[in-house]
Amino acid sequence: MTLREKLTWGGVALLGALSFAIVALARGESVNAAWLVVASTCIYFIAYRFYAVFIADKVFGVDAKRLTPAYRRNDGLDYVPTNRWVLFGHHFAAIAGAGPLVGPVLAAQMGYLPGTLWILAGVVFAGAVQDMTVLFLSTRRDGKSLADMIRAEMGPVAGAIGAVGVLLICIIVLAVLALVVVNALKGSPWGTFTVACTIPIAIFMGIYCRFIRVGRIGEMSVIGVALLLLSLVYGRTVAETPEIAVWFDLSGPDLALLVIAYGFVASVLPVWLLLAPRDYLSTFLKIGTILLLAIGIIIVRPNLEMPALTKFIDGTGPVWSGSIFPFLFITIACGAVSGWHSLIASGTTPKMIENENQIALIGYGAMLMESAVAIMAMIAACVIHPGIYFAMNSGGAAIGTDVVAAAQTISNWGFAVTPDMLTQVANEIGEKTILSRTGGAPTLAVGMATILSAFLGGKVLAAIWYHFAILFEALFILTTVDAGTRVCRFLIQDIVGNVIPSFRATESWVNTIVGSALSCLLWGYFLYAGVIDPLGGIWTMWPLFGTANQMLAAIALVLCTVVLFKMKKQRTAWVTIVPTVWLVICTVTAGLEKVFDPDWKVGFVANANRFADALAAGKVLAPAKNVGEMSRIIFNNYLDAGLSLLFAIIVVAVVIFGIIEVIKALGSPKDTTHEVGGALAAGE
Amino acid sequence: MPGMRIGRKVIEQAQFVCERVAETARLMVGVPDYEAYVTHRKALHPSLPVMTYEEFFRERQDARYSVSNGRMRGCC
Repeated sequence: MTLREKLTWGGVALLGALSFAIVALARGESVNAAWLVVASTCIYFIAYRFYAVFIADKVFGVDAKRLTPAYRRNDGLDYVPTNRWVLFGHHFAAIAGAGPLVGPVLAAQMGYLPGTLWILAGVVFAGAVQDMTVLFLSTRRDGKSLADMIRAEMGPVAGAIGAVGVLLICIIVLAVLALVVVNALKGSPWGTFTVACTIPIAIFMGIYCRFIRVGRIGEMSVIGVALLLLSLVYGRTVAETPEIAVWFDLSGPDLALLVIAYGFVASVLPVWLLLAPRDYLSTFLKIGTILLLAIGIIIVRPNLEMPALTKFIDGTGPVWSGSIFPFLFITIACGAVSGWHSLIASGTTPKMIENENQIALIGYGAMLMESAVAIMAMIAACVIHPGIYFAMNSGGAAIGTDVVAAAQTISNWGFAVTPDMLTQVANEIGEKTILSRTGGAPTLAVGMATILSAFLGGKVLAAIWYHFAILFEALFILTTVDAGTRVCRFLIQDIVGNVIPSFRATESWVNTIVGSALSCLLWGYFLYAGVIDPLGGIWTMWPLFGTANQMLAAIALVLCTVVLFKMKKQRTAWVTIVPTVWLVICTVTAGLEKVFDPDWKVGFVANANRFADALAAGKVLAPAKNVGEMSRIIFNNYLDAGLSLLFAIIVVAVVIFGIIEVIKALGSPKDTTHEVGGALAAGE
Repeated sequence: MPGMRIGRKVIEQAQFVCERVAETARLMVGVPDYEAYVTHRKALHPSLPVMTYEEFFRERQDARYSVSNGRMRGCC
C-alpha cells in the first residue's frame, strides 16, 4: 500500500468512527440519519477493501488464470461470460427483496441502535462471507446448486436434511410474506384496487411481450409502469367512491383466501402470462424505488425520531416477542445474513462470472448493497414518530381498536402520542386507520412517504407515495408467492416422488395441479392462522420465519466450513467458523426458547398450555371467543412448537455431519474436495 | 479540433455506459446478451442453426422460471 492509500483509508476509518460515535452515543436529542449513512458507508468500504479481499486472496486463493464455468461450458444461454458490473447488478437484483425492507422495521421496536449494530456486524462477518463463499464453491463446481453441493461434499443424508430444510423455509417464507401483503391491504380499498390492477396489467404485458412485440422488454415495461401509475392515481377515486370502494374494502381473512387462490391459479398458468411480466415490473420497480429512497435520504437527511434504545430491549415489546438475544438476530435476517442468498449465489451467478477474482466484488459487494438497503429501511422506520410506529405495529390485543385507547396505551409506554396525531397520519396517507397495520410494509410506506414527500410533492403527494410504497412491496411479494409456490411444488414432487415415482413428472397436468394445491394448502394454512391471530400474526410468525432463514444460513455456512477444511485451509477456516457458530447458537437457542420457554409470550408450548388449562377449567380465554377457537389456538401453538423444534434439530444434525466431515478431512493428507476444472482439467 | 475529439469521446463513453445499463436491466430479468449468444454460436457451432431474437427470448423466458433442473430463485 502506498502512503497515499494508507492516508485515504485512515481518513475513511476516522470518519466512520466519528460518525459511528455520534450515532451510538446520542442520548436524549434526535440524531440526523446522515450520520448513520456515513458510518455504514465507511464500514462497508473498509470491510470490502480489507476483509473481502483478504478472504478472496488468502483464504480461497482465487486463481485469476483458472477458467470459470462461463468459459468452460459457454453456451451463450446459461453459461455466458458477463461483464462484472452487469453481473453485480443481476446478482443484487436477485438477492434484494422484501426481507431487508421488513426485518429492520420490526427490529426498530428496540430502538435504532441494536438493529443497526447487528446489520453492520452481521453483514461484514456473516452475511457477505456466506454469499461470497457459496459463490466461490459453486463457481469451482460448474454452478452446482447448494443442495447438490451438500450432497457431494457431506453425503446424501445431509443432502436430504438440507432439502427438507429448504422446503420448510419456503412454506414459512410464503406464509409470512403473504401475511405482510394481507395486513397492508386489509380495509384499504385504494391499496387493494391498485394491487388488483397489477394482474390485468401483467397479463396484458405478458401477451404483448410474448406475441405482439416479442422480447421488447424495455418498451413493455414502460407501458406497464405507466399503467400501474395510472391505477395508483385512480385508486384514490375508487377509495372515495363508496359504490366502488365497497368491492375493494376487504377483511383480512377474505384477502388471505384471495391470496391463496391467486397463488394457486398463478402457479399453474404458463410462466409468460403472469409470472414473467410481473417479475419484470417488480424487478425494475424494486431497483428504481431503492435508488429513489437512497436519493431521498441523502437529500432530505431526516432526523431519527426513534431513540437509540427503547425499554423493549427487555423483551416485552408489542411488535414481536423475545429478548435481544437471540430474537433480534432472528428478526433481522436479510440485510445481515440470509440463508436464501446461498440458493442464489449457487444459482445463475456462478455460471456467468468472468473471472474468479471478481468473486469478492459480486458476492461480498452485492451483499453490502443489500445491507445498505436494510439500513435505509431502518432509517425509514425511525424517522416517523415512535408513537405512530407502535400504533401501526402492535396488534389489536395490545393497544385496542380505537385511537383513544391506542394513544393512551402507547403514551403509557412512554411514547407520548395523541389520538389526533393517529387520525391525522391516517388522513394524510388516505387511509381510514393506521392502527395495527403490522407486518412492516405499511410502516415502511409511511416512512418512505415522509422522506419522499419532503423533497417531491410535499404533503399533497404523501398519500400517493404511501400507496406507491405499498404497491411496490405487494408487487414483488406476489411475484414471490407465484414463483415460491412453483418451487414448493417442485420440492414436494421431488420428495413425494421418492415414494410415488410418477409424481415426479413435471409435465403432467395432474401433478402440477395436485402439487400446487398441496403447496398452497401448506403455506395457506400458516397464512390464515396468522391473519386470524389477534396479536397481529407477525408477532407469532416473524420469529419462526427468521429462525428458518438463519437455519438455512447455518447449513450453508457449515458446508462452506467443511469445504475449506477439505481444501486443507483449516488455518484460515475461522472466517466461516465464527459466523457458523454464532448462527448455530442463535437458531438453536431461538428454536428451543420458542418451544420450552415458560413465558407464554415466548414459548409456544407454554401458550398452548395456558389455553388448554383454561379450556379444562371451562373458561374461554381472550382473544378466543368460543371453544372451537380455543382448540384451534392450542393446535396452532403445538404446530409452531413442532416446527421450531424441527428447525433446531435440523441445524444440530447438519452440524454433526459437518463435524464428521471436518474430522475426516483433517485425517486426510491431501485436498479431498469435489471441484471441477482447474489445472488438472486443463487438458479436457 | 481537440474539443470535438473530447466531445466525441464523452458521447462514446456515455453510449457505452447506457448499453451496459440496458444489458444489466435485461439480465436482471433473465435475458442475457443476444449478440454474445449469436457470436458464440457462429464461432463454435457454425453448422448448427442460430435462434432468432424472438426464439431466443422465449427460450430464456421459459428457462428462467422452470424450477425442475435445480433452479431456485430467492425472494428476500
